[in-house]
Amino acid sequence: MSIELGHFALILALAIATVSAVGGLALWRRGPRVAQFLQQSAILQFVLVACAFAALVRAFAQSDFSLALAVNHSHSLKPMIFKISGVWGNHEGSMVLWILILVLFGAMVAAFGRNLPRPLLSLVLATQSLLTAAFTAFTVFTSNPFERVFPPPFEGNDLNPVLQDIGLAIHPPLLYAGYVGFSVCFSFAVAALISGRIDAAWARWVRPWTMLSWLFLTLGIAMGSYWAYYELGWGGWWFWDPVENASFMPWLAGTALLHSAIVMEKRGALKIWTIFLAIITFSLSLLGTFLVRSGILTSVHTFASDPTRGLVILSILAVLIGGAFALFALRAPKLRAGGLFAPVSREGALILNNLFLSTAVGAVLVGTLYPLVLDALTGTTISVGEPFFNLTFSILMAPLLLVLPFGPLLAWKRADIVAAAQRLVAAGALAIFLAILISALGGLSISLAPLGLLLGFWVAFGAIMDIIDRGRFGKLPPRESLRRIIKLPRSTFATALGHFGVGITVLGIVSTTAWESEVVTTLNPGETTAIADYAIAFDDFNEVAGPNYSAERGIFTVTDHNGGERTLAAERRFYEASGTPTTEAAIATYGFSQLYLQLGEPQADTHVLRIWYKPYITLIWLGAILMAVAGVVSLTDRRKRVGAPAQSKARRATEAA
Amino acid sequence: MRLILALVAVLLLSLPALAVMPDEVLADPRLEARAREISSQLRCLVCQNQSIDDSDAELARDLRVIVRERLLAGDTNDEVFEYVVDRYGEFVLLNPVLAPHTLLLWFAGPVFLIVGGIALVLALKKRNRVETVPLSSEEKAVLDELSAEPKH
Repeated sequence: MSIELGHFALILALAIATVSAVGGLALWRRGPRVAQFLQQSAILQFVLVACAFAALVRAFAQSDFSLALAVNHSHSLKPMIFKISGVWGNHEGSMVLWILILVLFGAMVAAFGRNLPRPLLSLVLATQSLLTAAFTAFTVFTSNPFERVFPPPFEGNDLNPVLQDIGLAIHPPLLYAGYVGFSVCFSFAVAALISGRIDAAWARWVRPWTMLSWLFLTLGIAMGSYWAYYELGWGGWWFWDPVENASFMPWLAGTALLHSAIVMEKRGALKIWTIFLAIITFSLSLLGTFLVRSGILTSVHTFASDPTRGLVILSILAVLIGGAFALFALRAPKLRAGGLFAPVSREGALILNNLFLSTAVGAVLVGTLYPLVLDALTGTTISVGEPFFNLTFSILMAPLLLVLPFGPLLAWKRADIVAAAQRLVAAGALAIFLAILISALGGLSISLAPLGLLLGFWVAFGAIMDIIDRGRFGKLPPRESLRRIIKLPRSTFATALGHFGVGITVLGIVSTTAWESEVVTTLNPGETTAIADYAIAFDDFNEVAGPNYSAERGIFTVTDHNGGERTLAAERRFYEASGTPTTEAAIATYGFSQLYLQLGEPQADTHVLRIWYKPYITLIWLGAILMAVAGVVSLTDRRKRVGAPAQSKARRATEAA
Repeated sequence: MRLILALVAVLLLSLPALAVMPDEVLADPRLEARAREISSQLRCLVCQNQSIDDSDAELARDLRVIVRERLLAGDTNDEVFEYVVDRYGEFVLLNPVLAPHTLLLWFAGPVFLIVGGIALVLALKKRNRVETVPLSSEEKAVLDELSAEPKH
């Protein structure tokens, strides 16, 4: 019964979204009552989709195998957390999650947007409803998650074992929150183009939404990377897989948008470009979500897809993205350019940032789609893989990282580059010193490692220097400096922390790339081997039974150079229901470094063991977390909170109700 | 040219995570290192975007063995790539060759950067030219009057 209620709720949400989109776009000029209707509609859409989603969760949690989706992707013996995360471990269910987050953002705009001018609010909510209508229609008509089977089977077919992991519970919701959050920026851009009104206030409203989406996307990508690292069992953390690229492109574009919106808010410049970026960022998010479902690209992430579904989704994308760009081409030339500035200025630095980031987006996009296009046009099949992307991407990022620390030190309008350089001398000197020292100690495994280290340290120290410089340490008494720093606006700390995080990630990438060591060997229980400073003893090998799998488990004792011992277990699992094997690597974290043990396929009478020592690898994800925390810090800056001045009013309203 | 690109790529590459089995490893460490370099740039044809170095698949193992056989036979890295491409097609190369049909791919990044940079410079120049309208004589008079006042 709840299944049918859920199905009905989703259809009702579709109807309401359609009415709101059409009505809102036609009547947005008609004043506050239209806006009020759209606000209520947005909240209602959220409630309805939440009901639909809850119905699916309930069916999965109870292992209701009269639901086709649960039969295909669940199993009664699965642990509860994987039953629930299994709801979005498939195409249909993940569509409902995607729509749920979309309407959640719509409802948030409705709730926090009370201080927006009514016509703008109406247009934003109408555009948001249009998106909801399009994707809910797609789900209801081509990917219905509520289909029943009769007679219901006794047992489900189980979820892909690789997905039976805490990663599935966290990664897609975070990633979708990021992707979908950019829909708000998109709606704001469309609204600005339709109404023809765009000013610094617009940028101030858009920035918190950009920041919120960006920080979710950052966490989602980092989480996905760490998940792939520990679950797929071959120790890599980024593969330049088409789907990874698809999530990385909106991140790059979103990062550019974050920076260009600053220029627009503070200086009124870059309006057209910011609008363009807002549209591009969400378009890339859509591409990221749906290109994998269209059957065009194949990768580990691809859900089983049928061609009609692909055609429908591509048509929706073409209409939405094409429509937005047509609107842009039509209306953007009418927007007036803003404030003047010299090339060497904060504005100039932010534009340089945008130039490099958008070039990176372009390069990754071309690299991802080139094989498809070439195949379609000439029939030649080529591969564009990791070596290509590593090369082109590093070449583009190096100059960006080199100029990055200058940005926050430059003044608006016109800046003194020499003065900025002088203030960065200490950071530069320390970075050079450490890069040389570490390269000398670690040995030159790859010749570009010192350069990578230099850039990482330079960016990280540059961020710290920015804060120290603002406190005028050395020029004022320490207590006075400290007082100044405490009084700095939170957004200044956010900038420094975010840039520091970039430096940390770069350091993690460089050190693990340059100084990783690995051992591939055959070992029997009772024997020992060694890697880096660690001795590894193979203690025991046995067979164990999990809730819905059987496993071979190797027990190892790792002894570090101080004599400390740790016991690790690496497994090879076999999931009965789906008949698939997986490997569960054993990972031990020492400081920022990790030891990664993988039990290979058994050979004759011995075991193949692969061991990696990955120095400072956790810095890669730690840096990403720092970036996300910086986003949170920025959002808590009073001046940039989502719907800042309206919040107390909103709270009063709910309290009164 | 391809060799240079391949070498640069190798320098930038992460040392790959391996699915190499112990019995495949060559006795000569220099030759083995070259084998690893090469296999990290060859695609496992039955996998999703994995190099033969990372893959557990049978076919990947066969290719790894072929690569090592060619190296033992005295092939250069380029000759090994050629040998594999002759049999499996260009699709097997993770690092695409630089050829007429991949020019757009290889030069997309630099072209974007240069075109973007030029467009940017032009746009900024044009804007600054348009917006700096010379002052009228009245405005100048007012300005002179203001700047004549002593600053404090």
